[in-house]
Amino acid sequence: MELYEFGVGQLAEAFEKGIASPSEALSSVLERIAGLEGEVRAFLLTDEEGARKAAAKADGLWLAARKGGTKPSALTGMPFVLKDNICTKGTRTSCGSRMLENFVPPYDATVAVKLAGSVLLGKSNMDEFAMGSSTENSAFGPTKNPWDTRAVPGGSSGGSAACVSAGFAPFALGSDTGGSIRQPASLCGVVGLKPTYGRVSRYGLVAFGSSLDQIGPFARSVEDAAMVFEAIAGHDPKDSTSSPRPVPDVRKACSKGVKGMRIGLPKEYFANGLDPEVRDLVMKAVLRLKDEGAEIVEVSLPSSMYGLAAYYLAATAEASSNLARFDGIRYGLRDLGAKDVVSAMKRTRSQGFGDEVKRRIMLGTYVLSAGYYEAYYNKALKVRRVLKDEFDEAFAKCDAIAGPTTPEVAFRFGERTEHPLSMYMSDIYTITANLIGIPAISVPCGLSKGLPVGLQLAARAFDEETLFAAAAEVERGSGFAGRIGGGAR
Amino acid sequence: MSWETVIGIEVHVELSTESKVFCGCKTRFGARPNTQVCPVCLGMPGVLPVLNRKAVEYCMKAALALNCEVSGRTKFDRKNYFYPDLPKAYQISQYDMPIGKNGWMDVEVDGKAKRIGIRRVHLEEETGKLVHAGDDITSAESSMIDFNRCGIPLIEIVSEADMRSADEARAYLVKLRSILLAIGVSDCKMEEGSMRCEANVSIRPEGSTEFGALTEMKNIASFKAVYKAIEFESKRQAKVLESGGRVRRETRHWDDLKSETVFMRSKEQAHDYRYFPEPDLVPLEIDRAWTDRVKDTIPELPDQRKARYVADYGLGQRESSLISDDMDLSTYFEKGIEAGAEAKALANWMTGELAAALNASGTEISSSKAGPAEMAELLGMVAKNEISGKTAKEVFAEVFAKGGSPRKMVEAMGLGQISGEEELRKAAVAVIDANPGPSADYIAGKENAIMFLVGQLMKATKGRANPKMANQLLKQELDGRKKNL
Ligand SMILES: [Zn+2]
Repeated sequence: MELYEFGVGQLAEAFEKGIASPSEALSSVLERIAGLEGEVRAFLLTDEEGARKAAAKADGLWLAARKGGTKPSALTGMPFVLKDNICTKGTRTSCGSRMLENFVPPYDATVAVKLAGSVLLGKSNMDEFAMGSSTENSAFGPTKNPWDTRAVPGGSSGGSAACVSAGFAPFALGSDTGGSIRQPASLCGVVGLKPTYGRVSRYGLVAFGSSLDQIGPFARSVEDAAMVFEAIAGHDPKDSTSSPRPVPDVRKACSKGVKGMRIGLPKEYFANGLDPEVRDLVMKAVLRLKDEGAEIVEVSLPSSMYGLAAYYLAATAEASSNLARFDGIRYGLRDLGAKDVVSAMKRTRSQGFGDEVKRRIMLGTYVLSAGYYEAYYNKALKVRRVLKDEFDEAFAKCDAIAGPTTPEVAFRFGERTEHPLSMYMSDIYTITANLIGIPAISVPCGLSKGLPVGLQLAARAFDEETLFAAAAEVERGSGFAGRIGGGAR
Repeated sequence: MSWETVIGIEVHVELSTESKVFCGCKTRFGARPNTQVCPVCLGMPGVLPVLNRKAVEYCMKAALALNCEVSGRTKFDRKNYFYPDLPKAYQISQYDMPIGKNGWMDVEVDGKAKRIGIRRVHLEEETGKLVHAGDDITSAESSMIDFNRCGIPLIEIVSEADMRSADEARAYLVKLRSILLAIGVSDCKMEEGSMRCEANVSIRPEGSTEFGALTEMKNIASFKAVYKAIEFESKRQAKVLESGGRVRRETRHWDDLKSETVFMRSKEQAHDYRYFPEPDLVPLEIDRAWTDRVKDTIPELPDQRKARYVADYGLGQRESSLISDDMDLSTYFEKGIEAGAEAKALANWMTGELAAALNASGTEISSSKAGPAEMAELLGMVAKNEISGKTAKEVFAEVFAKGGSPRKMVEAMGLGQISGEEELRKAAVAVIDANPGPSADYIAGKENAIMFLVGQLMKATKGRANPKMANQLLKQELDGRKKNL
């Protein structure tokens, strides 16, 4: 087994015991990247030199620990990748956009600070400003699915998902506004977690939909994801929306099992539009949970059908405001041909943004405009409240809700770009967790036509413990843990 | 036709907190451009605001001092518009849940009390400042932006349309400033832009209860300008209506040099700010205990000060209001008392001679060369009969123009009142000797003739004689001569 195949837990153990050093692990993943990145194109930027320095430093720390010094945190020296909308001091953060093609932040995102002892390999590709479900909206070209390079990796955090799936890194971080971690995790056959809103600091994450965005991990096993989650979660005084609640020991929860746990199946999630093979694989995984002692109950989430509409009103409204700052005045792209400030702003924004971003800015501007606020934005807020009530009701009957992460396995490039709505549909099961702020995770549960299928679990707000306990059980049943993308070898 | 002017006023005040409202940057005025900035106040991608509780407390304090309800649950909203001095392209403000609402303030104009409603007091952030290499943003060769000011906490105080004259508007602003200075939330310097106001003006036929179309006036940089702008605008609107025209709802720019308002933009051109709740901040709960704690920090306000002036110093209602409503006058008055001035005399001078001199020279009382200490010295000399009232006015004029100690000035000019009996008696004898006719008349029983002689004596002493003593001495001398006859 090569070091690049090691998961987070395995590598940490190897570092601790001196079986391998961070520099050796780094060499292995760099070799893997050198061999396959030309095909996968998961990175927008790699920083080999920076990574080697960080790894050498970590080598010393682990060595010192073995000689009786203090033991460093588990992720010390661990190679990882950040989605390119997470700010890194001194390292370009482009958000997959021409607008920020040359933007180098003078500050680190809080998650980057928390992972300062780990080895940052680079920044991963994404749909421009996290708007999309396939990475086809990246201004710098799409990323390929390591399982089948003709298929999309999902999005918007497609680069991070592909990195972990292809064996480029044992973990990566992404951001999830409507499914942008879970959907690519599902399509690339890795674990992806969207934590409870407020669990992980958003400071330094370039905002898309501020009330929906959360940063979360990708890993090749549930326990690996748990380790990363514990490292990045917790209150941050720089983010007023981050929660002061203590972070639970979710790694321990992974071995808890599901005995006595009530798993809810929303009947609406298994209706029209769901691929029969995906449905069967998800149901098989659910039945295995039952075999392990879980109680399966049917729940109803009748307003889920309004979730997608509410999402596209709320997210685009916030995005139209969040992206207004990209005007070419202080940083990023600036059109130099303009004669006055108004046309400079207009020309900069016309050139800097891609079509999907423009579409959403216009939609969001319309949603917030005088006379439409009540009909759109406010209605979306009402839907969010109704959805929350329905979930509260469901969570009175169950501890976790299970279903497919996406209606279908990874689709082919170009298949949905002509029809934005069909692209939006791939988020149908994931967006509600963002709308009401609850945690949700996607775990691989099998292959359909040679491509991975993800099962999604959601739990009550701040109950990541239940989520990890159930997800680990699904993983034990599917035997998928640690698998590297099938087509990429 | 006779018109009534209806005025509402919006005031923006920069709060004097140590740090900015959503980041830790300093708020010092006059620092080198862009030295008090950070990623948060520069609106860099991915950064988040963190609310400064001190700024909330200052806003609460202002709201409470203006008798507002300070709401339990409040929140912040984004006001979206593009402008180079607004780095996020939205301003964090408060839309429908201001920290304070439904307050009031009493003012007094021409001895008549008037209550003016305060619609709301809310907290928001200041923008950056543009410096143009040219006249304005469209014609300038280039423009520079200083973000030091960006993110300084700002409160907006919106009055009801309760004012009916430029005088009332000025009285409102003077007292508002006085209250804000008393509670110490702002330095309220209009010349540095830490206090700015906009007036909404409309007119309607006297007796009408409907409101006319209002115009919003921007760029008003002094209380005097507010007065002039309102006067100008109400006359302009009357002219439009009287010539059969229609007043349009629009924003106008006050040109202080030309003393006129000019069209800026119509209602149709107004921004659609697309307000929505700020998702980066959680709703703010202001509980009773917090409100009470803030309330306890509010010191004496103008109305209480007025009551104290009436009770402790026996000032009249009118003088008390005039002084207590204006922070600078109050400060002057109290410093004068501290320096030993008699309160009533000081108040008389402040509302009389001093007010006239300030007005005529366009000086602020805070920079008057005849300060409270000088005034106290002057009034002390009058009280001790060292100088006459007339001399005091002359000395005051000198001190007001050139500064310096009134006592030294009196000595230098030889203006001290002749109170020494011997000196004055000599002069009286000389006057009697020089005016045998009137003297004889008095001796003959024409008592009124003494008035002429007193006048002559005052003239001879260049007004330095105490008139009462002059009268007395002349009578003594003449009565003595009468006996000797
Ligand atoms: Zn700052």
